[in-house]
Amino acid sequence: MDISFVLIILLFGAAASYFVGDKWASKAALIFSTAAFAATAYLTYKYTGGASVSYIKTWVENPMIILGFQADSLSLTMLLLTTALTPIIILATFRNSINNSRTFYALILFMAFAMAGTFVSVDGFVYYIFWELSLIPIYFISLLWGNGDWESRKKAVVKFFIYTFAGSLFMLVAFIYLYQKGGNFLNTTLYRAILTDKEQFFIFLAFFLAYAIKIPIIPFHTWQANVYQKSPTAGTMLLSGIMLKMAIYSIIRWQLPIAPKPATEYMYVFVGLGIAGVIYGSILALKQTDIKKLLAYSSLAHVGLIAAGAYTLTLDGIRGAFLQMLAHGFVVVGLFYAAEIISRRYATGEISEMGGIRVQTPKFASMFMILVLASVAMPLTFNFIGEFELLYSMAQTHIWFAVIAGTTIILGAFYMLKMFQQVMLGEQNAKPFADVTFGEAFVFIAIIAVLIFFGIYPKPITEFITPELERLVRIINRFN
Amino acid sequence: MDTNLALLLLFAPFAGFLLNVFFGKKLGKGASGTLGTLAVATSFVVTLTFFLQVINTGKPVMVDLFEWLTLANFNVNFGFQLDQLSLLWLMFVTGIGTLIHVYSISYMHDDENMHKFFAYLNLFIFFMITLVIGSNLLIMFIGWEGVGLCSYLLIGFWYKNQDYNDAAKKAFIMNRIGDLGFLIGIFIIGYLFHSLDYTTIATALSSGAEVDATWLSIAALCLFIGACGKSAQLPLYTWLPDAMAGPTPVSALIHAATMVTAGIFMVTRMNFLFNLTPDVQTVIAVVGAITSLIAAAIGLVQNDIKKVLAYSTVSQLGLMFLALGLGAYEIAVFHVITHAFFKACLFLGSGSVIHALHGEQDMRNMGGLKGVMKITYITFLISTLAISGLPPFSGFFSKDEILMTAFHQNKVLWVIGSLASIMTAFYMFRLLYLTFYKDFRGTEEQKHHLHESPGLITFPLIVLAILALVGGVISLPGNSWLNHYLAPVLAKPAHHHELDGTAYMLMGIAVVGALIGIGVAYSKYIKQSAVPAQDSEITGFAKVLYNKFYVDEIYTAIIVNPIYAIGSFFRDVTEAAFSGFIFGLGKVANMLGSEGKTLQTGSIGFYLFAFVLGICSIVVYIFLAK
Repeated sequence: MDISFVLIILLFGAAASYFVGDKWASKAALIFSTAAFAATAYLTYKYTGGASVSYIKTWVENPMIILGFQADSLSLTMLLLTTALTPIIILATFRNSINNSRTFYALILFMAFAMAGTFVSVDGFVYYIFWELSLIPIYFISLLWGNGDWESRKKAVVKFFIYTFAGSLFMLVAFIYLYQKGGNFLNTTLYRAILTDKEQFFIFLAFFLAYAIKIPIIPFHTWQANVYQKSPTAGTMLLSGIMLKMAIYSIIRWQLPIAPKPATEYMYVFVGLGIAGVIYGSILALKQTDIKKLLAYSSLAHVGLIAAGAYTLTLDGIRGAFLQMLAHGFVVVGLFYAAEIISRRYATGEISEMGGIRVQTPKFASMFMILVLASVAMPLTFNFIGEFELLYSMAQTHIWFAVIAGTTIILGAFYMLKMFQQVMLGEQNAKPFADVTFGEAFVFIAIIAVLIFFGIYPKPITEFITPELERLVRIINRFN
Repeated sequence: MDTNLALLLLFAPFAGFLLNVFFGKKLGKGASGTLGTLAVATSFVVTLTFFLQVINTGKPVMVDLFEWLTLANFNVNFGFQLDQLSLLWLMFVTGIGTLIHVYSISYMHDDENMHKFFAYLNLFIFFMITLVIGSNLLIMFIGWEGVGLCSYLLIGFWYKNQDYNDAAKKAFIMNRIGDLGFLIGIFIIGYLFHSLDYTTIATALSSGAEVDATWLSIAALCLFIGACGKSAQLPLYTWLPDAMAGPTPVSALIHAATMVTAGIFMVTRMNFLFNLTPDVQTVIAVVGAITSLIAAAIGLVQNDIKKVLAYSTVSQLGLMFLALGLGAYEIAVFHVITHAFFKACLFLGSGSVIHALHGEQDMRNMGGLKGVMKITYITFLISTLAISGLPPFSGFFSKDEILMTAFHQNKVLWVIGSLASIMTAFYMFRLLYLTFYKDFRGTEEQKHHLHESPGLITFPLIVLAILALVGGVISLPGNSWLNHYLAPVLAKPAHHHELDGTAYMLMGIAVVGALIGIGVAYSKYIKQSAVPAQDSEITGFAKVLYNKFYVDEIYTAIIVNPIYAIGSFFRDVTEAAFSGFIFGLGKVANMLGSEGKTLQTGSIGFYLFAFVLGICSIVVYIFLAK
């Protein structure tokens, strides 16, 4: 059993969900995604025991394309994130009645398959195929099962599709160019490719366009808030919880090791762009009246910080980015789920129509509060670990980076607590609000357990990923 | 053994928190309160054992649990350092904590969410212990943020009232401004020393390691910014008076006796660092002195009994920072302890009054309670005398030491501190007279129900009043147990002031000053039976004071509103511009498409030709490239 097995489970699960029909689709999707998680966990266990669980086969001889799925600590961690969040996301949809649900769940699993493939591929061409493949299911999920009127939703989703697709084409061009330098698409080959400064610059830029749009980094973010708001919550979770991590992971895995020179030379620009996103997203979040849009801008701020950390090119920054990717993945899924529960019960996303919920639902309020606290990086949550490393890496680069980016702990507390106050506190809302069901509580508890466990004891993860990251950081800094 | 005991000390309140969260409602109010109290009492007993052990052996107890954070250049461990300083702090945190838990059993008895109250109080104690016993700055930071969280939860305990929620949110955000300073300080220290452990940093500094002096000063200043947030100093003090929205036991425990002294703890903990940065010490002394004066001035005219006490707390904390800035750490700690006794007693006393008046907090509607509430009155009187600095009450000794140190180092600071102390005597006796003397000014209905509070409320008052009375013995002038006790944790030996003529003269001046303050209050509120004017009738400078120098309004105008304005600008202008730019690109593409349309002749043959040509060129290109 190797890592391709996980991909097969997900793909097979997509087909199975479709064929078992609307009634059983959600259960089938849950079973297969959970199985994928179990398989990944087992493979990780085997990998830590020293076994090789990679799958490498030549696919096309000429041009040389290798169907290679590399299992190392980084790809396995991302695979774990994907396969852990997918069942949680599926579980989060259980209370909804979904039209044509077999297609819906098939698309979710297909998307998980594509994202998992992106994380584990070592061949740039195969990686690119998975990268683009993941766009198709989310396009349909957002378009067909989204919220709001059809026309504006279609506009937002189509804009997103074209925008991200166009950005990614630059990456394809970069890969084809690199192929002629290296002779194949393997990332290890490409790391060693000898490139002039100018070539590195353009390759870096081509990757940057693809990733900056997907993460998004300002000013490439304009698709985000609308798509997050208009997608069904499962779609928003897939986008914010996993899909944007594809881009951050790719910065660390592809962009920086292949073309590190421009990253070093223009480090201040890219770290600065990330930090600008922190401030910009935070201040915009303060002005939002729709809860999902508020969370979208908050996410913009958080990923800006992650990107800035990665672009410091330090071990602390890159490890912080990696850890924060995981932490953000869980917390953002939890927060969107809380937003979904409220929006579903009150049939609106407008914050002004909420309030007075805590008095009716103490359990839900407590769990929502814990997620809010994790999101503002309270110590003893996983998010604090990541944010601390990220900010510390920026302090090493330039103290003002840390000071300006650090305002996130103030602004973040500002908009999150303001939101929590307006949504949850105050005199009892006239509209009744049923407390969370067992299934809903289970989703929250699973997420909170992960966030708190690794907030107190992050060592298993840091120990697992650090050797591999150290290797990458050495490659990234090979010209210094 | 020590490790297990230390864990018991830390986790007893946490267990209390969990039990109250999950089973508190089922347990019922009495059991829930008892459980919470026992949890803290356990910590107190364990603290006492450690305290005695350290007094005997003189050796700190160090506990290292596991590696928490891994950074490129250093690691941060979960470790505890139970030494003279942390144990002294724990003594009054858990001791007063236990008393206030006892008090709360009665005070909060009518609240439907009493179990949550105890859960939060226990959680607070847990984080406060973490803050104090951590062996490095980052563990302190866990506690630091944690107590801030509990403060937020408890200020907004009555969450149906959005004004209270605003106060809670304000406290959290203002604290976070300070926390950013603290974090930056931690970053710089980590960068300079490759460690955040107190002992490692202290050793590095005492062994004369090469450290950039400028960065050291910046780090110290950043830590002090953190202290300003948590300990309500200028310019970050405005959250503390608003924090009085919380239930009164919370004000006593968190916003007077324990949490707000965290800043003083931190500076004392890092004394070896601050000793090396005299500029920063000057800043601390000046900020402390000015804060103490401004807060005392505002306190002169407030009419809400808890607001007076809140400003008084800010003012007293200012005096403590004055002492810290002068390098007199042991004196600051001394005042922290005596202040914890008398201020907790004052807050709990005010709570007893508020309880008797069914929620009334405006002193203009009080008066004449002396006869009905004898125990509350007497304990309140003792604490008032203590805070006013009259001998032989505890406050006299600690405050006198601060002023004496200031006198020897900087006369201006001494004058400021003395003025603040005179004002303190005035506003405290104003409070005492308005609340307990003359006739009752409330409604008939209230008058009918006036009563002394039950034993669970008066018992803590009595204990605290006794401590406020005799607490001075731990550091008598000329023969200080405290200085001796704290010597191992202070890098520089304690100051010794001879009990000479100057010392007696300064004591005399301080006492006369306090008596003047009391005299003015007496003539105004007893002799002339004055009652403060209604809000609308306050004019002139009094109005400026009454409105707290309009600091909140100024902050709103120069910080909060501009942020919102920028937010609107971003939302309405830049977002549209970014969108428009992308849309523009799309248009260009569309235009190119229109041009290209002319190629679309509709002839399948041509398409096929172009297609094959394209593929061929790609294949040829790839082959040639090889």
